[in-house]
Amino acid sequence: MVCQDCGKREATVHLTQVINNKKVELKLCQECAEKRGFRNPLEGVPFPLAEFLASMLSQTQREKPSKEPEAVCSACGMSFSDFSKTGRLGCGNCYLTFRSQLNDLLRKVHGSTQHRGKFPHTTRDVMKPLWEETKLHEELRKAIQEEDFERAAQIRDRIKALAAKK
Amino acid sequence: MFEQMAKKPAVWLSGEGSDSQVVLSSRVRLARNIANSPFPSRADTERRERILSFVKNAVKKSADLSQGTFVNCSQLDDLDRSFLVERHLVSLEFTGLRDSSALLIEEKENVGVMINEEDHLRIQALASGLEIREAFQMADHIDDELSKSLEFAFDPTFGYLTACPTNTGTGMRASVLIHLPGLALTREIEKVISQISKLGLVVRGFYGEGSDVWGNLFQVSNQTTLGRSEEDIVESLERVTKQMIEYEENARKQLFGEAKDQIEDKIWRAYGILKHARTITSEEVLNMLSAVRLGIGMGVLERVSLSQVNEILALTQPAHLQKYFKKRMEPSERDQVRADLVRSKLGG
Repeated sequence: MVCQDCGKREATVHLTQVINNKKVELKLCQECAEKRGFRNPLEGVPFPLAEFLASMLSQTQREKPSKEPEAVCSACGMSFSDFSKTGRLGCGNCYLTFRSQLNDLLRKVHGSTQHRGKFPHTTRDVMKPLWEETKLHEELRKAIQEEDFERAAQIRDRIKALAAKK
Repeated sequence: MFEQMAKKPAVWLSGEGSDSQVVLSSRVRLARNIANSPFPSRADTERRERILSFVKNAVKKSADLSQGTFVNCSQLDDLDRSFLVERHLVSLEFTGLRDSSALLIEEKENVGVMINEEDHLRIQALASGLEIREAFQMADHIDDELSKSLEFAFDPTFGYLTACPTNTGTGMRASVLIHLPGLALTREIEKVISQISKLGLVVRGFYGEGSDVWGNLFQVSNQTTLGRSEEDIVESLERVTKQMIEYEENARKQLFGEAKDQIEDKIWRAYGILKHARTITSEEVLNMLSAVRLGIGMGVLERVSLSQVNEILALTQPAHLQKYFKKRMEPSERDQVRADLVRSKLGG
């Protein structure tokens, strides 16, 4: 039997993948199997995720309307067509921006759109001091760049005060 | 780096735990991202460094985690990375990362956290044998500890928000590494795979035609992460794994009923090869170990223990071997050194 990818070499790797109850059989040669990312089973087997996700998106979702400007995530600048190319979202806010498209996709992938698992125990604003510190460091760098040393000294004091509170 | 680690297999390969004759290990990983920050693939170095420092800060504050070691990606050469993959501590994707990514490992290696891989955090826990619940509890605890000082990207409807929508919800992937030589030999494996796939689980495993090229080792994991609780994922994987063990045991009984002599011959020949070979590839080691493991399970081979088999399985992998002998080797040299190591581990 010849490899179904290259059609040349002998197929020595037989692979069965089950995606959403559908069994997909692949008969590949070693080289093509490795090209697809299938390696030693001990190393964990990734599967071509972007392709898989793209196949889940409906035709209309893939072909974006050409006239209207595409919606873009306000936090990270990602568009839905960026996502359908890579299969990866840019940030948590993308889930809000593309809520309706993702709703469809998630239903297809998981058969559900409602989380039923754990909720984080985090108290809100637990990271507030960390973000403040980050912001101060950025301001400090800017002040030094602009050679505004008086302001830099003030910011440094605020950073110290923040560190003392921790 | 890691030469000391390469002397011994990780604790989760101890051969202990429930049903360890068939199930080598159980693993649970949780994907998490820090709120209000772009996911790693969309973040520049500065933002990824920031995430790293947030995580380090959170780890420092947790008494249970602060004993761990941070290994930065920039400290790792290609051999180190392959070693960590063989060790099941990082993913293949991790080996391609350059800067601002890191790994947190605990001394016992049963828990680890990848930082700035596909998601900001990939928390993982491993346990020997069929102990999915134990692995989950370990991962869950780390998640709780970290969430004391980190706010994760979370939506009440969609759950934990992840870079890839296939992980959204619980962000949880639970898996078992299972050895199924009986089902492979009786050619029942396809049937079993198609049956359990109806239950929302994925089987990954591959094998050459007519032989057991990859040591008859299969990974079974949950496919979906949204719409079901962590408890539910653990339970269904556990239930299905038990079912698979039962099928495997029946297949073994059938084999020994119908072809006892041939099977015993296969087992003893495999043992003979391991004990006497002067050069051997990692693939052949895997296949021979599969027969030996079957022999132990069936009470045919009493002179070898499961922990010995697991030790050989771990230490003879290419990167392990080079770390063990502290030098880089070409495949042909590795095959010789591997044969020497296998013989010494079998006391011959």
